[in-house]
Amino acid sequence: MSAPEPVFEARWHAELFALTVHLNEVGRFAWPDWADRFSATLKRHGVDKNLNGGDDYFDAWLETLEAYLSETGAALPQDVAQMRNAWEQAYLSTPHGEPVSLG
Amino acid sequence: MPHDHADHDHPHTLLPPDPALRVKALETILTQKGLIDPAALDEIIETYETKIGPRNGAHVVAKAWTDPTFKAALLKDATAAVSEMGYYGRQGEHMIVVENTDEVHNIVVCTLCSCYPWPLLGIPPTWYKSDAYRARAVREPRKVLAEFGVTLPSDMSVRVWDSTAETRYLVLPQRPKGTDGMDEATLMGLITRDSMIGTGLASAP
Repeated sequence: MSAPEPVFEARWHAELFALTVHLNEVGRFAWPDWADRFSATLKRHGVDKNLNGGDDYFDAWLETLEAYLSETGAALPQDVAQMRNAWEQAYLSTPHGEPVSLG
Repeated sequence: MPHDHADHDHPHTLLPPDPALRVKALETILTQKGLIDPAALDEIIETYETKIGPRNGAHVVAKAWTDPTFKAALLKDATAAVSEMGYYGRQGEHMIVVENTDEVHNIVVCTLCSCYPWPLLGIPPTWYKSDAYRARAVREPRKVLAEFGVTLPSDMSVRVWDSTAETRYLVLPQRPKGTDGMDEATLMGLITRDSMIGTGLASAP
């Protein structure tokens, strides 16, 4: 076998992947529809630069999922922004080494 | 998460990058609405990190090398043949196995995004998802293969298979010479991930 490589380069890649697969499995969208949208985002992002398949690939993935969830009303952009900031505050106010949770 | 200044104390926990916070936000919102089960997310990550990977594909290839009846069934209807071994796609995708021979070398790409036979190979490597590979594998497959260290005889043709969300391909590499009599488990050790994408060959014993 080839040398072991981490399956996911970053934890958020893994979380985003799992979230998307789960949403598909619970019937929020069909996989071919997802792939169509995702490939459109990749194409758009790849116009100005060559994507390296790492962070930039998952950035495109996240943008696609956010747009999809916004369109279906499952997670609206203003709610996502607010919740994102709440998590940021939680990280900034949690002493190092302690588990981070929303207040 | 990289911890790149371990030499001084942090007053607070390291702040994850922006996309990580956005993913957390989505998870929290969807969980609060009852649309997702957070335990299922952990289960999916754990599965892909520990249970699903190229060993599954290697198992299929080694079985095909040692069992002609299975090989015939695999080439005829890969979805059914690998399902019987317990490998099936979570997205209900159709699997096709393409066989390397003395005349033809097969290579798999996804020009649209990164469709890949997850149940057999796990999560694709970064290069598989890069624009460079996705564009060039179709345009100049021999050059790409050479960069992976694979040089093919000039009379061997190269066939490029473009995956879609519905159809995923796995290459059945040629069985290396000098492996007669080896059992399935030993053969599995020669079957690399890249040899099943077509950017490599099975290793010599």
